[in-house]
Amino acid sequence: MNGTDLWTVVTIIGLTLVTILTRSFFFLSGKPWSLPRWAQSGLRYAPVAALSAVIIPEIVMSQGQLVSHVKDARLFAAIAGVAWYYWRRGVLGTIVAGMAVYLPLRLGLGW
Amino acid sequence: MSGGRTRSSAIGRWAHTVKTLMRHPQFRVGAGDFAPVVPGIAAWGVMAGVAMVQSGMSLVEATLMGLLVFAGSSQLAAIPLISAGAPMWVILATGFCVNLRFVVFSIHLRQYVMHETRWRRLLSGYPMADLNYVMFTRRFPQPATEAIGIEAQDAYRAGNGTAGWISWAASNLLGIALANSIPVSWGLGFAGILALLGIGCSLVTTGLTAVSAGIAGTAAVAAFALPLKLNILVAIAAAVAVCLILEKPASRHTLETGGRH
Repeated sequence: MNGTDLWTVVTIIGLTLVTILTRSFFFLSGKPWSLPRWAQSGLRYAPVAALSAVIIPEIVMSQGQLVSHVKDARLFAAIAGVAWYYWRRGVLGTIVAGMAVYLPLRLGLGW
Repeated sequence: MSGGRTRSSAIGRWAHTVKTLMRHPQFRVGAGDFAPVVPGIAAWGVMAGVAMVQSGMSLVEATLMGLLVFAGSSQLAAIPLISAGAPMWVILATGFCVNLRFVVFSIHLRQYVMHETRWRRLLSGYPMADLNYVMFTRRFPQPATEAIGIEAQDAYRAGNGTAGWISWAASNLLGIALANSIPVSWGLGFAGILALLGIGCSLVTTGLTAVSAGIAGTAAVAAFALPLKLNILVAIAAAVAVCLILEKPASRHTLETGGRH
């Protein structure tokens, strides 16, 4: 393992401040203002949109391209996870069922 | 003398606030809501720990990053840049852009935290990662207006955020410790995506939330070539815009009856 570098430590502290700054961005100013009504109602769709935008590319893309063949463990794991969710409504089960499909396909078949 | 007294009373107030939040029943509810996703987040955190060590970071550096930065996507974006010796401003700007969706979340969350002092608001924002934001707004679709409700929301956020931080930090440390015994090729980090997938399914409760998920997923794939994960931002904007257009005829009715979707 390499030695600790002061520059890297400062960078890590900077990244911590970036986390705080981005997550609190609109809390910083104490000036009162409120969102227009249309924006407020639009924000109701933001949480599910954010999750979907993070998840879907991680399932259907590899190296910047849509997966072109179905021999991909992630696709089957995601289907198993979603099926479990709608069958039993549990997030823990979604993870377990998904990984139960993912690991054998990936480690056993090399998908 | 008086400066010391002010400081100790400020610490006393903080200690009191922390104690009040932790004793509130909603603290446990918040932590409990996070529990089912812990295996997914932990698997992802372990892989982040492995990635930090394998990129050549020292034990001190990797530990600090795992304990402090508390943001998977910006850690994973920064790791190769640090090992390549990129300029600091490039690394920080990259972290900022990769985190831009949190800026959008903060617009939404603002109305829930503005009763706090600025320092407490920063602390409230710090643990608001994707899942914490989603779980909080799912549990509290409207900001409370009276003191009892506000206290409950604060306590829920604190419990949910603490559970998130402990899971992330502990799993990063585990990954650092096991860096040489877990092969990256196993792809264990995929469990994190499955955790998000389960929570995502729980949010699809109406036709429009399904549309939002569909548009955002498609747009994120279509705009994947954008640098710095800006495709995620484009996807959120597209999904929200489409849903606003689609809901327009119904929204007047919703607002008049005061009902929610």
